[in-house]
Amino acid sequence: MTVDIDKTAGRETPPDGPRAIRAIPVRHYGRYVSAVIAIAVLVAIVYAFGQGKINWQAVPDYFFDDRILTGVSKTLLLTALSMVIGIVGGIVLAVMRLSKNPVTSSIAWFYIWFFRGTPVLVQLFVWFNLGLVFEYINLGPIYKDYWSSFMTPLLTALLGLGLNEAAYMAEICRAGLLAVDEGQTEAAHALGMSHSKTLRRIVIPQAMRVIVPPTGNEVINMLKTTSLVAAVQFQELFRFAQDIGQTSGSPVEMYFCAAAWYLIMTSILSVGQYYVERYYARGSSRQLPPTPLQKVKAHLTSFSSRKVAA
Amino acid sequence: MTEKTVKKTTAEPSDAGVPMVKAEGVHKSFGPVEVLKGIDLEVKPGEVFCLIGPSGSGKSTFLRCINHLEKINAGRLYVDGELVGYRQQGDKLYELRDREVAQKRRDIGMVFQRFNLFPHMTAAENVIEAPVQVKGVAKSQARERAMQLLERVGLADKAGNYPSQLSGGQQQRVAIARALAMDPKLMLFDEPTSALDPELVGDVLDVMRDLAESGMTMVVVTHEMGFAREVGDSLVFMDGGVVVESGHPRDVLTNPQHERTQSFLSKVL
Repeated sequence: MTVDIDKTAGRETPPDGPRAIRAIPVRHYGRYVSAVIAIAVLVAIVYAFGQGKINWQAVPDYFFDDRILTGVSKTLLLTALSMVIGIVGGIVLAVMRLSKNPVTSSIAWFYIWFFRGTPVLVQLFVWFNLGLVFEYINLGPIYKDYWSSFMTPLLTALLGLGLNEAAYMAEICRAGLLAVDEGQTEAAHALGMSHSKTLRRIVIPQAMRVIVPPTGNEVINMLKTTSLVAAVQFQELFRFAQDIGQTSGSPVEMYFCAAAWYLIMTSILSVGQYYVERYYARGSSRQLPPTPLQKVKAHLTSFSSRKVAA
Repeated sequence: MTEKTVKKTTAEPSDAGVPMVKAEGVHKSFGPVEVLKGIDLEVKPGEVFCLIGPSGSGKSTFLRCINHLEKINAGRLYVDGELVGYRQQGDKLYELRDREVAQKRRDIGMVFQRFNLFPHMTAAENVIEAPVQVKGVAKSQARERAMQLLERVGLADKAGNYPSQLSGGQQQRVAIARALAMDPKLMLFDEPTSALDPELVGDVLDVMRDLAESGMTMVVVTHEMGFAREVGDSLVFMDGGVVVESGHPRDVLTNPQHERTQSFLSKVL
């Protein structure tokens, strides 16, 4: 829409309309100076890295190495599973916290207090070493084993990351549920909808708009946090990169390789998050914001008139 | 046309005896603040019953007690002969379960001051939601009925719009259609025009007038004295949690007996 308007304004003014103002714009010399300084610093940093004793060729050489690719898939798997535990746990905790039962709500409060108040790395080590407390795990006739063989690195990683995430997700879900106007619940109740139906059909769909954006951030954060589980012997991207670095004699190069992979994955997740947010914004804004693709198209078609618009 | 005759025939038998709403000494407190201090009144079936009064007089609170959005602290409140929110066995009162309360609310439509449409659903979806989810009406049937109702409130062409794309007056008319979709025997209006631009008030009042003519029992909290005078069958003036004066709207509005009513009306009219 705005594109069309810009075009007519840029090309020619109608003869009978008011004459468009043609003034000499203010020159921002400070901007030129700061741009030059910023570019100079950037060049210096790139130069320094280029001069350093880093064998850059090692990065592309190992970029599609089997172990790196396995690491990538393990990292993605761990992110997905931990987030599932986190989201399910978070919803349960949020409902517990908001319940009228004082026992469940204080238990939820205590859980959140504990898991948000201690570092996730410490929690991971605690899970890993719980064998000192429990020698066996004994679920009666169903399962019995030594703790150390029960607590595999994968399970340690999942419990450590997932239970920690649940505490954060609980707060996000709670905020989302509280953000829905009370009038919505009243209107649904007045129509004869039950408590659970009101929650499911009216409150949660609206709470999603508040819950989804921070959850997307949590997923991206989780992807990066998975690198911590290298400390409890779980083999994922960072751990494999370290291993290759030690055997091939190019440890720093492998860190760069891992960093590049993390960047690729978080970038893809960011794009996905944008579309999910857009979906849940329907009804709340009169017109949905354009997708990046639509934006690019709009910019291309209006390129000639952009100066006027800006 | 058929709507009218159906309404009339169902209204006729209950006309004889049971009042649609009956309040006996209704009290309501929020913490230490007593908002309703003993309300007694009766709404007959088919009647348009108007509640007026200054803000804070408890008229909205009373309206919300009728469909149990607020619990009363003392007294008795009956809708169509049945106790609201409780079940009486002998001389003991049992609180109703959430499900039982919901069941009773199906028959009572409510229209709010701030519309409270569901923003994530289109106008048509708003109207369809309760019949499908609560009564289990088939979707196609509910959709057909929704279109009839939207037509009745003059918004058939807005069926696919989201509430944020509608004006206040249009939203309120969708809200009325949404309440009517449950085929209620009683409609509650909580200051339905207070949040609207003056220009848009007329459309909503027209819909309400039309509804009153079809024989619907309506309890209306309002500041629209013109509407109360023209459409209302009974009127109650409330202040400070009590009924100060009641009677036929024309009598009360043109010839108020009580000093408090006189001073209120002199400011409003």
